[in-house]
Amino acid sequence: MPTPIPEQKTATSTLNARISKRFPSAEHDFSLDVEFSVAPGFTILFGPSGSGKTTILDCIAGLATPDAGKITVGERVLFEASTSSNVPVVERGVGYVLQDLALFPHLTVEQNVEYGLAHLPRSTRKQRAAAMQQEFHVENLRQQRPGEISGGERQRVALARALVTDPCVLLLDEPLAALDAANKSKILDDLRRWNQAHRIPILYVTHSREEVLALGERVLVLEQGRIIAQGTPHEVLSAPLQETVAQLAGFENIFDATVWLVHEDRGTMTCRLPGNQPGTYVLLETPLIRAETGSRLRVGIRAGDILLATGKPQGLSARNVIAGRLVSLERRDMIVAARVDCGVEMVVYLTLAARDDLKLIEGLEVWLVIKTYSCHLMQK
Amino acid sequence: MINWQAFRLTIELAVVVSAILLMIGLPLAYWVAFSRWRWKFLVEAVVALPIVLPPTVLGFYLLVVLGSRSPLGRWWLSLTGHTLAFTFAGLVIGSILYSLPFAVQPFTASFSSVDRRLIVASATLGASPLRTFFRVVVPLSMPGMITGIALAFAHTMGEFGVVLMIGGNIPGVTRTVSIDIYDQVQASNYGAANATALLLLVFCFAVLTVVYGLNRGTSKHKLWPLGPVR
Repeated sequence: MPTPIPEQKTATSTLNARISKRFPSAEHDFSLDVEFSVAPGFTILFGPSGSGKTTILDCIAGLATPDAGKITVGERVLFEASTSSNVPVVERGVGYVLQDLALFPHLTVEQNVEYGLAHLPRSTRKQRAAAMQQEFHVENLRQQRPGEISGGERQRVALARALVTDPCVLLLDEPLAALDAANKSKILDDLRRWNQAHRIPILYVTHSREEVLALGERVLVLEQGRIIAQGTPHEVLSAPLQETVAQLAGFENIFDATVWLVHEDRGTMTCRLPGNQPGTYVLLETPLIRAETGSRLRVGIRAGDILLATGKPQGLSARNVIAGRLVSLERRDMIVAARVDCGVEMVVYLTLAARDDLKLIEGLEVWLVIKTYSCHLMQK
Repeated sequence: MINWQAFRLTIELAVVVSAILLMIGLPLAYWVAFSRWRWKFLVEAVVALPIVLPPTVLGFYLLVVLGSRSPLGRWWLSLTGHTLAFTFAGLVIGSILYSLPFAVQPFTASFSSVDRRLIVASATLGASPLRTFFRVVVPLSMPGMITGIALAFAHTMGEFGVVLMIGGNIPGVTRTVSIDIYDQVQASNYGAANATALLLLVFCFAVLTVVYGLNRGTSKHKLWPLGPVR
């Protein structure tokens, strides 16, 4: 049956949510207790799996009912426990892109996009769907079925399908998790462009730190059903990571370090690594974390993340260019592990071809190039 | 040799029963597939009963219920002037109950296998449950629905015990093919029995061949030109 799409959407309708919900269980009770608002634009909801992210989205979409609380968009009340108001899912007009997109496999791309417009006359429907398909660059896939298009294209179709209904809020449940960075950022650009005109609150759920940093938008940090922090990614994600065996496992290079200088304005800081010889040290520019000057931590760098040059590189964006000397070259299957003494000893992984092209021999003077964000900080 | 009247009657019965089963089987299967009622299993057991019950048991109780002594039978009698027993309508009622699981179970299985997230997505896009059912659930359940209807049809074509109990053996009214074959054998007309039996065999085989042919392969989306489904 045709569905009312909310018409009174004002230019700035902020999503306000206060949600309490208990999940009693024999093992351990889980309770969700959050209060937050999402202004028009992107807000990231960040938290580990099991922290309650999807439950929050389900409550906003009307798929789950909070035990207590209130959910509003602008003036419109979607849910209020005290007055027992609960707008049914089909009338909420909340756009929800599920993690696995849930495109209708038996319908074409065009039919998928038109699905939410059944209440409109055919010509209007076609027109709006066409415009939306164009906006998300899927207009040439109109007659294809979801099974026949790529992951990125499916993602675009799912966004177009949700947005064509002019939702009052858009919920995205880790929708881009499976995509490569290039695809992801193109899709996000299209989404941002769309939202410049529409100005709706977009709640983007992710459990990936990298994604939070890359999106660079306001973030709510959820842990065990509570919002423990909110602000910019650098404000809230700055606590150093816990050092665990699992986290250490990926890093061939791990150094003790001291916070030397903090560059709040640049979003970076300089760490000092004690050198091989007493009294010497190496400086490394790392991402900014919430730490005092002088505090001790650990830096992990993957051997595959370091570039090696035989001449001093110039005009690079990478912030760390460190001179050193090649100590040893050791072939491990199809890669070469190069040990470089640059005040501290670092392992760098190279390909066989790189070794041969650069004519690397032991004792050669080399430069190591390390990007700021390749330096992973861990609590000591 | 072949009793065409019985054959026509049987096909008529099977068509009517299948059509009615489609109408009542869909909502029933939908309910069984999606309801969270705690006593749902009782309903499922009742629906499945005809699979295990001897047709004579079902036929006997139907006879009792449809007969002139039961409230239903009396009501029908007052309405139409005759009882439901030993009529075509009575036969239809008996066959519907007898073939119910053969339609409802494949329907239920295919409804349950539709990805719930598609149903959720449909709801968030503003589609009512009814629209979701016809636009998403039914198209994705086509093979199961065709299987259910075909099984109900073929099962009704071949039923014997229930017909004998509640229909009796009235030519042109309740004498179906299987009854006719039985009669021919009783009268030692093996030739006629064989001709009719062979025809029924070939017919049922053809129906099932078409169904399984359509549903060939394991892909549940085979009937829908889908391309690879992720």
